[in-house]
Amino acid sequence: MDLGPHAVFIWSAYGVTALVLAGLIAWLVFDGRAQERRLADLAARGVKRRSDRSANS
Amino acid sequence: MQTITQRLANPTQFMQLSARILPWVAGAAAAIIAYGLYLSFFDSPPDYQQGETVRIMYIHVPSAWVAMAAYALIAISAFGLLVFRHPLADVSAKAAAPIGAVFTFLALVTGSLWGRPTWGTYWVWDARLTSVLILFFLYLGLIALRSSIEDETLASKLTAILALVGVVMLPIIKFSVEFGNTLHQGASILRAGGSTIDPAIELPLLVMALGFTLMFVALHLKAMRNEVLRRRVKALQMAEVERAQAGRLAAAE
Repeated sequence: MDLGPHAVFIWSAYGVTALVLAGLIAWLVFDGRAQERRLADLAARGVKRRSDRSANS
Repeated sequence: MQTITQRLANPTQFMQLSARILPWVAGAAAAIIAYGLYLSFFDSPPDYQQGETVRIMYIHVPSAWVAMAAYALIAISAFGLLVFRHPLADVSAKAAAPIGAVFTFLALVTGSLWGRPTWGTYWVWDARLTSVLILFFLYLGLIALRSSIEDETLASKLTAILALVGVVMLPIIKFSVEFGNTLHQGASILRAGGSTIDPAIELPLLVMALGFTLMFVALHLKAMRNEVLRRRVKALQMAEVERAQAGRLAAAE
């Protein structure tokens, strides 16, 4: 694909966008996993929400 | 019969519903963006004036639209928190701020990279570019203000007030190309008298805009889910500390 004399600007724009969005998605996924791990740790220590306790009893 | 907002006011119901919806929204966003990229690079002509650089528009304009839509969502959420005390309003506002900041950053960077070959400069302090830069700083301000206050209830209220004050930036950005002396082109799609863009270029733009909007919805849902979980962790940690303190007091008596 020939994008002409300004190809570097086009590829840079798409590259930055892809990189930044990939970083945002990765941050959200890892943040979600970290919260779920903390909740699991608390549950393992017997610290649960009331709704979880009543569901399990 | 509960309305959808009443149902979503319950974080547990929100978590159940969002878990079901999220994969579909994310999948649709990915598919539509993939199709949009195909149109952008392989099925759209170069512009008669700008040549190939017009392809930057297919990510620049959707990023800018999402940047403004995200701020509008934050303002609506702020209103929902201050007026209706909707339990998820603050979660929504907090979750949208970093995502909005990212899209504003992308609008600025891609615009700059588009400006160099078309205008001959990366940056000019005109009304449109400066107002979008202020929007970016406003996003950073919302994030900084919230993280600087330890009391979450107070932080949410103060952030909501700043968000509502900042909503004045949206019409300023929208109309900056009309009243300002600017290199930036005027409105081409959302304007009185209809779109002035050729359909061959407008179609990939609209497909990418739809894809970016769905991507924002998916990112926002995920960020909201993370925030609900973070608040649950915090509440449980507080309960654990209180239980331990009560236990120590009982043992001392």
